Formats: sequence, C-alpha cells, structure tokens
Amino acid sequence: MARMKFLCDADRCIECNACVTACKNEHEVPWGINRRRVVTINDGLPGERSVSMACMHCTDAPCAAVCPVECFYTTADGVVLHSKDTCIGCGYCFYACPFGAPQYPKVGNFGTRGKMDKCTYCAGGPDQDMAEAEYVKYGSNRLAEGKLPLCAEMCSTKALLAGDGDIIADIYRERVVTRGYGSGAWGWRTAYGDTITV
Amino acid sequence: MLVKRRTLEPARGSLAAMAASVAAKPVDRRSFLRASGLAVGGLAALGTLGAATVRKAEAGPMNHALPVEVKKNICTHCSVGCTVKAEVQNGVWVGQEPAWDSPINRGTHCAKGASVRELVHGDRRLKYPMKKEGGKWVRISWDQAIDEIGDKLLAIRAANGADSAYLLGSAKFSNEGAYLFRKFAAFWGTNNVDHQARICHSTTVAGVANTWGYGAMTNSYNDIRNSKTIIFMGSNAAEAHPVSLQHILTGKETNRANVIVIDPRFTRTAAHATDYVRMRSGTDIAVVWGIMWHIFENGWEDKDYIAARVYGMDQVRAEVAKYNPAEVERITGIPGDQLRRVAETFATQRPSTFIWCMGGTQHTVGTANVRAYCNLLLATGNVGGEGTGANIFRGHCNVQGATDFGLDIANLPCYYGLGAGAWKHWSRVWDVPYDYFVGRFDEVPAKGGRDPRTPQQNMEVSGIPSTRWFDAALLDAEDVDQRDNIKAMIVFGHGGNTVPRMLDAQKGMDALDLLVVADPHPTTFAALHSRSDNTYLLPICTQFECSGSRTASNRSVQWGEKVVDPIFESDTDYAVIYRLAQKLGFADEMFKNYEMVQGKYTLEPTPESVLREINRGGWSTGYTGQSPERLKAHMAHQDKFDLVTLRALPDAPAEVTGDYYGLPWPCWGTPQIRHPGTHTLYNTNLHAKDGGGTFRARFGLEKDGVTLLAEGSAPVGGDLTDGYPQFTYGVLQKLGWDADLTPEELATIQRIGGNDPENVANVSWSIDLSGGIQRVAIAHGCIPFGNGKARAVAWNLPDPIPVHREPIYTPRTDLLADYPTRDDGRQFRMPNIGKTIQDKAAADGLAQKFPIILTSGRLVEYEGGGEETRSNPWLAELQQDMFVEINPADARSRGIADGGWVWVTGPEGGSKARVKALVTERVAPGVAFMPFHFAGWFQGEDQRGKYPEGTDPIVLGESVNVITSYGYDPVTGMHEGKVTLCQIAAA
Repeated sequence: MARMKFLCDADRCIECNACVTACKNEHEVPWGINRRRVVTINDGLPGERSVSMACMHCTDAPCAAVCPVECFYTTADGVVLHSKDTCIGCGYCFYACPFGAPQYPKVGNFGTRGKMDKCTYCAGGPDQDMAEAEYVKYGSNRLAEGKLPLCAEMCSTKALLAGDGDIIADIYRERVVTRGYGSGAWGWRTAYGDTITV
Repeated sequence: MLVKRRTLEPARGSLAAMAASVAAKPVDRRSFLRASGLAVGGLAALGTLGAATVRKAEAGPMNHALPVEVKKNICTHCSVGCTVKAEVQNGVWVGQEPAWDSPINRGTHCAKGASVRELVHGDRRLKYPMKKEGGKWVRISWDQAIDEIGDKLLAIRAANGADSAYLLGSAKFSNEGAYLFRKFAAFWGTNNVDHQARICHSTTVAGVANTWGYGAMTNSYNDIRNSKTIIFMGSNAAEAHPVSLQHILTGKETNRANVIVIDPRFTRTAAHATDYVRMRSGTDIAVVWGIMWHIFENGWEDKDYIAARVYGMDQVRAEVAKYNPAEVERITGIPGDQLRRVAETFATQRPSTFIWCMGGTQHTVGTANVRAYCNLLLATGNVGGEGTGANIFRGHCNVQGATDFGLDIANLPCYYGLGAGAWKHWSRVWDVPYDYFVGRFDEVPAKGGRDPRTPQQNMEVSGIPSTRWFDAALLDAEDVDQRDNIKAMIVFGHGGNTVPRMLDAQKGMDALDLLVVADPHPTTFAALHSRSDNTYLLPICTQFECSGSRTASNRSVQWGEKVVDPIFESDTDYAVIYRLAQKLGFADEMFKNYEMVQGKYTLEPTPESVLREINRGGWSTGYTGQSPERLKAHMAHQDKFDLVTLRALPDAPAEVTGDYYGLPWPCWGTPQIRHPGTHTLYNTNLHAKDGGGTFRARFGLEKDGVTLLAEGSAPVGGDLTDGYPQFTYGVLQKLGWDADLTPEELATIQRIGGNDPENVANVSWSIDLSGGIQRVAIAHGCIPFGNGKARAVAWNLPDPIPVHREPIYTPRTDLLADYPTRDDGRQFRMPNIGKTIQDKAAADGLAQKFPIILTSGRLVEYEGGGEETRSNPWLAELQQDMFVEINPADARSRGIADGGWVWVTGPEGGSKARVKALVTERVAPGVAFMPFHFAGWFQGEDQRGKYPEGTDPIVLGESVNVITSYGYDPVTGMHEGKVTLCQIAAA
C-alpha cells in the first residue's frame, strides 16, 4: 500500500513561497492561517538554506497521541487527518507537533482558539469526499480526485516532493547521486523514523 | 502509486457551490470561511474587504453534471512565461491546476503565479470609471469618462500641442495591445510613448543591439540546462524569475555546472551558487574588465571565434590592460585572485552563459555595462551556441513583446526606428498615407538656441523617456525641446513609484492639466499627488480577462486564452484604445484593417486580426511567421516540445512539426513557409531553415578599412559560406537569385520601390511586404539581415569602449578625478546635468553626511510597483512591511534593532522614508537594500485615504524611489536605480 510523504530538497528550495500561495489558492485558506510555510536558516549568510514545512503526516503522529478527544486518524494512504467536529481547540497538538503544523483561527480570552486547522495533504477530512461540508471545513480533496497536493505540484524548482514515500525517496536519492551533495531529507527521521541513505 | 481513497465524481469548484448556498445576502468568499469555522485571525485591515461597494455577481450553483472548462493563459507577472491552467465553471475561475504540458514551467509556479486566480476575483480592483471632483473620487460612466478625457486631450492638443500628451504604456499589455497603443501614438502624433522597458532593460536593448544586432535574450531559460558555467551579475533570479531556477538548478546538478553570482548583496540566488563575489554597486565595468584582464593575460580568449566573428576586440584589449588586479580592487573592492578564478572558469569551462538584470542596467552607465558584458561573452566565444549566450532575464510578462512593438520613444514597431523609411513602411502596412502622419505632429519652435523643427523633422526625433516625464512637466518650457511642457499623462498599466525622485514626480503630477490612469488598480498615480480635479481612473481588465499573445523573455510567443469575462465594469485595452481613438477622431483609419466584434460595451478588434497585421509588417524582427493559428496550435500541443531544445518532438502533429516552442523570433517569412523560429540567436551550427543565424550586418560593410562582415563563418548548409550584407532586391539580382521570386512577390517589391530602378534594388528584406526576399534568402540557407561581425567597439555611442565611471552619488569621491561621470549634455529633448550634480555632491561632502550606499531590488512575492500583488491577500500576507536591509555593524553603531522602525534619508531634497530595519549580513557594511514594490506611505505619511474606497492595496509602505536620486544613461534615459547614498537612523 502506498504511504504518502512529503520531502523538501533544501538544496533546491529557493524560498519562492509558491507552495504557500498554492495552498491558499486551493483551499481558500484565510489570512492568518498558514498550513504551509517556508523556513529559512542562516538567512543572508553562506549556507543559507530554506525548507518548506507543513504537517508531515507522521508515521506515529504525536498530535494524535496527545489529543484528549481523539480527533485524529490516519488514512490508508498514511495521511494524518482530523475531525473539526470533534476538535475542542485545546491546543495540545500544537505543543506535541515537532513541525509547528497545527494552526488556530483565533486567540480569545480564557485560551479559546477555535477548531484546529492544518495541512490535509489535500485529502479533505472525515466528511463525505468532495462534498460542500468537507470543503468548508478542510478545503479541497485532491487525493480523492487522483491528484497530489498542489503545493508540491506547483513547486517552482521541484524541491518539494509529495507522493509515495518510496518513490520520492528514489527521486531524491537519484538527485543526490547526480549532483554529489545533499543535506538530507529534512524532518524525515522525526516524522517517519526513517532517513534516506545514498 | 497514488491510490484513490474512494471513487467519486470530481467536485471541483466547491467554492462556487458554497457561494450559491448563501447567495441571498452579499457575502464574499472570506465571509464564508469565517462563517464556516475557518475563521480569520490577523490583520484588522482585512475587515474592509467585505465592504466593497460593487461586487461581480458570484457564481451560480455548481452543477456537478456540467464539465469544467479548462483555459490556458500565461502568468501575468515575470517574463518566464509560465502557463496558467484555469478551471472555469459558470464564468467563474474556480480552480488553478498545474500546467504540466508547458515546456517552460512544467506545471510549476512561484508565489505570484500560484496565486493569479485571485486577480480575477479582485476584492481590491478598480471597479468602475472614476474621476476626482473637488478632491473626492466619484463614480462615472464609461461614456462620460471617454468624453471628458477626449475633450481635455483635444483642448491640450490645440493649446499646447500633441507632444504635450504623454502616452505611458505597459509591459502588461498583450502584444496586440502594445502594438495598438504604439499605433495610437502615431495617429495622435507624438513619440512621447514609452513603457516599463525604459526602466528595466532599455540599456540592454541599446547595448546588445549595438553589439550584434538585436537587443534580446540570445538563448532561453531551458537552454541554460546546457551551460557549464553560469554567471549572474546584477540578477537575483531566485526571487525575480523563480521558475527559471528549475532549469538552472537542474543544469547545475546534471552538468555539475559552476554558478557564479557577482552582486553587492548575498542574494537568494547567491545562496545556491558555487561561488559568490561581492562587488561595490556601480562598478560593473571595472569588474568585467578585471575578469577580461586575466583572460587576455593568460590567453584564454577564443582567438578563432574573435577572428571570424568579432570586430574591434584589439581596441578593447588595450583598454582592459588598464584594469589590472590592483586597480580593479581599488575600484570594486574585489580581491584580484577571486576574479582570476572567475575568469578561468568562465573562459575554459564552456559553454558559458552570462545573465544580467537590473543590477546591471539601471545605471548612468547602463548601456556601457551591457556592452562590457557582451564583450566578455565575445572574447570567450560564448555567443551563438547551445548553453552560451547573453541571457537577459526580462522583467514583466510581456516586456519583450511591448519592446518589440515599439512602446518606445525612439521606435516604431519592430525596431524600425523613426526615420522616414520606417514611417513609410508602417504607412504601407497600415494603409494610411505617410502625409497623414506628418500632419499629426507638432511644429517645434526654436527655443533655447536650438533649431526649430518641422512636423516631418519632429516625427523623426525621439520622445521624452518615462523616467523624466515629470521633469518635462516641471522644467522651464524653454529647456524642453518640444512645443510645450508635458500637460497630460495617459498611463496604461504603469506604476507611479517605479522611477527615482518621487518628490519631483509628485510635483509633476500636481502640475499636470490631465491625469488618466487606465489599470486594474488605481496605482500610485492615483494616490501620490494632491490633485483635486481632472484626474480619471479607467478600470482595465487583466490579461486573464482577454485573449492575445505575449512574448516571453526567450522570444517565444504564447497565445493566452480569455479565462473569464472582464469583471466589474472593467474592459479590455483593445476596447478602451478603440473608444479613445473614436473620440479623438481617428478610429476609422486606425482600425480599418481589423475584424471588429462586439465587446463588453463597445466594438473592439479581435487580437487575431491585430496579430495578422503585425505579421504583415514585422519583417525586421521576424514577427511575420507567428500567425494566430500557429500560436494556438503550439498552446494546444505544448507537450510535444523538447524540454531542452524546445523543438517539436518526432511524434508532434503536422501543424507544429519542426517548430521551436512559441516560434521564438525571428520566425522568418510568411507563416506559409513554416520557418520554425529561432531558439538560439546567431547560431551558425544550424541551417537557416532550422533556426540558424549570424550576427546582423547592420553597422555597414567596413570600418576604417577593416571588414565588418564575418570571415569564414556562416550557418551550416548555406549557399554562402562567408560574410554577406543584408539582402535587398539588388543583392538577389547580383547573386542571380531574383529569378526565384514569384511574379506576385516581384510586383510587390516593384510597387514599394516605385518607378526608380535604384529604389527597387534597395528594397530590403525588412520592408518587402511580400516576404519574397526573406523566403529566397532562407531557401538558400542565408539569413536575410546579412552575416556580419559583432562589434566590440560601438563607435556611435558615448564611450565606444566602456570605461568605468563613478555613480553620481558615490561614496568614493577619491575616485572622481580618475573616473568622473560623463559631462552634462542634452538627450531626449531634455538637459542631463549629471556631472554638475556629481561635482556638487562631492563639494558638499554628501558622502560623509550620507555614508551608506543604497541599492534596490525585488521580492519574490511582489512585482513591479506592487499595487496588484500587494492587493492580493495570499501574497500580501507574506510581506506586510516595507523594510531596509542593514548590516549588523551599521545597525549596532546606530542603535538600530532588528525589526525596529528607522528613518532612511536621502541626498536630494530632504527625502526620507520610515521603514522597518532588517539587520542582516546579506548586505555588506556600508550598504543598505530596499525592495522597490511598495507605495502608499510617503515620507512617513499614510496615504491610504487617498485611494478610492475599497481599492487601496492591503499592504502599503514607503517607496524606495523617494530616496533614489538623479542620474540618467545618455543612450536611453535609464535612471540610476541601483546606487545612491543614504543615512539611516532609529525612528
């Protein structure tokens, strides 16, 4: 069975933010919610590298482990989704997530945050696929249409890869061999307990 | 493999369905998401989004039984030419999918391209025509707007002359829109017609065309995959042309190519380079001569190539000898060894390509900079082959096309110039008597000791560059060499914050009798000034709301298909130009060759019929083979072109067989002879029929007794194997090839030549409307424009061999004695007093008062003046503050904290800007950088209230061009946008 993963090739990422606006465009994500963002380290210095980060859809997802209402579930494709009907906006998942993925629509008195929102791997949520209710809560469901997440599909330099973990690992491995360098599949050990050896 | 979780009918555009479900009350998309649990946090300003007074009717209910229409258009931001695939239902653009088939972007986008769908939803768009009445914006009808504007223009024409109206066009036009706008200026009777190329690559066009024939990118983004060494100088492609990096990084990886970035700033491109060289802003010529010093010193130049294809390299070598490593280090700050490594790599690890952008062009020595770059390429034999070339990355989506079609103060369409021959050629194409145009131009009186001009002389004199329209409005009329000052600005698709000296630009706006802004957004031209009346805003739709062709940087022409109808009350460029022409009384003559159809409110020409007229006249640039049918076939079969060569694949359908993608110009002859276009210019390794080429023989046959024709070099397979002049009927006769002309072709040539046999013999490839001369030349494997040498020395330009000259405001006043700017002079009807200002700045000790070099550049999220992109919430969210990059050492000594407010002050007129500090080593000590996309704050004042309600961009900020200062290239009027001095203090 295919197991979906994300991989950001930091040697290719140029921080163009296409992944960020593609996500906004596809799901009409409102201002202030960033399901995906690009993080740059050593900004302006030799060794500057950028990585595009979102929910990595971890193999053993820490968010699910801490959720007091068990709103998370993992699909057969390995995508970690959650139910906004169940979510109580407690914010525990935010503290558990190693990637800072969970987003909350508001900050109110007494810690109210609203329902958690995060990257769905363009796979919607527990409502009926591609129904209005699903779109309103989770955005579009590309996976059900046989398409991959738009952020990776539109990545300007093809740095951000999405798809079956084995296939994108092969693509990355081939690149590293061809070019002779690679700073690693960032986040893979944390997310998937795995790394890509060349 | 991807597994469908469940099988369901695709349900695209659920957005529209949602819209329908609450259609009873006026609500925008965001209100939905707010109501639906995806509530908005963040910027309070967004609260005004829902308050737009007029909204386009949102989509009706989504009918899942109906198919989704897919439309292909081209991204309207940079010049890479990414295909945008739009999904449309019920006339609403509901989804954007990756356009995998395009060989240029292969499905990908940058932040701007991935968000273009927002442009036609347009919360912040200008929604209907408006005018200012007693300082207030009021809504008016199109009819009223056109009537009032036309009446005022005619009054100005009568009182001040045709040249008093300035027609500022746009690189956002389609080719057909650009061409119509230029034609409109010709019918109005002025050469004061310009567009953004003035401020991005005018110096490139002038410098490169004066070196080897055409001022365009020689190769393509795709072809850089073949390069072994790539130099970026003054180009930050990772931010300005992100999708190009796909090709460049793949090339870097597969060829293990050297990527060298030479820039004052450690850019995001530099972060991906193999070598970074930090230079002082404004010292390009010294850097390039410093590289060439090592090349000549070590004999790394390509001697055979120079002997066969280059004129005057010895003279350059003599000049370069003065730029030894010690002198170059003194000027540029680059240690000698670094440039030796660059020189050896570039000259010996070939093919090498040299890429430049505005870091090279926006200088008082812009044209000279460009010629220095060309000389480096020529010395190393790196022009005219795969993986080589002057890869000039242009800026806007159609700046190449708009340049080609003469939105230029010195040209009619297709670089014919302004001479009588050019006017007569286009008169024939337009089927309007030449004398008609003579009668439209002003007579210019003798002023300031200058000669008067008859209308005929005036129509052959270059207009005023867009960088200085406000000087032409403000200077004493005696100093402006035309009948009167500029009194009216007609601005189509052009920002008002894109050239330096905005304090003066503001005064210029206030001084005008009439200001018309025709644009999807109000732009800075609507908000910067304090005008109370005679100011009009016309809502123009984006290129996604109309059809037409656009030319990418690599000269590929791509047909964009209308995605949705123009939203709100906006209308197309075509319709608005037609309406204005109608009001001004020349529409019948101007539009008589076009197929006119009913548009949204009025008749408008079909872009297909405009392109067909271009095909009938664009011989000089090879814009004749790109018929609308061929372009549409290319868009339909994008997947049938090779990724690297751009040539049609073996399995391509007959209608595109053998073609290069987008028929990159020159695409010789008529569409019927099916020339494939020219992927790499000047490439002698290919037959003329396969897109081969030569350097253009446009500078004469010899200079000082030395031949200017190629020696022993010609495209493979041609009947002529040595240099030859441009083809005329007379040349065909001498070669005995005139018999190959058909009787119809000969008749056309004779008609153009008239009764005089000598005139008939002089009818050239560029004015032969039959295309016969081109057809015969190509059939014999020859290039119509001749086979000449490139010129290392451009004897007709200032500084025929480029020499280093210090910027007007230089921190290195110690170098002024050796490297002063050029003496004051007059160019383009205006005085250029750069030397006076440089001397005064030195005498006043401004370099001590303003010790930091200020340079400017792009951010990936925004484009140009930024009004469109700062109005797009998906982009605006990513860059919410105008900032200045400052080195930690400079910040520390000034008590400036990262993220804190600072005042940046400039050397002219007490200019100041309040921005946030970004403390970073990206810039060297003594250097500051500001992006140029911001406007809406002016010297600390928030001008949000000056925009018509609901059209203010989400993000506003200070413009860098408030601080940038005087300085103009003598060849093109390009401004100095990359070097000035400033001081920075905590606010």
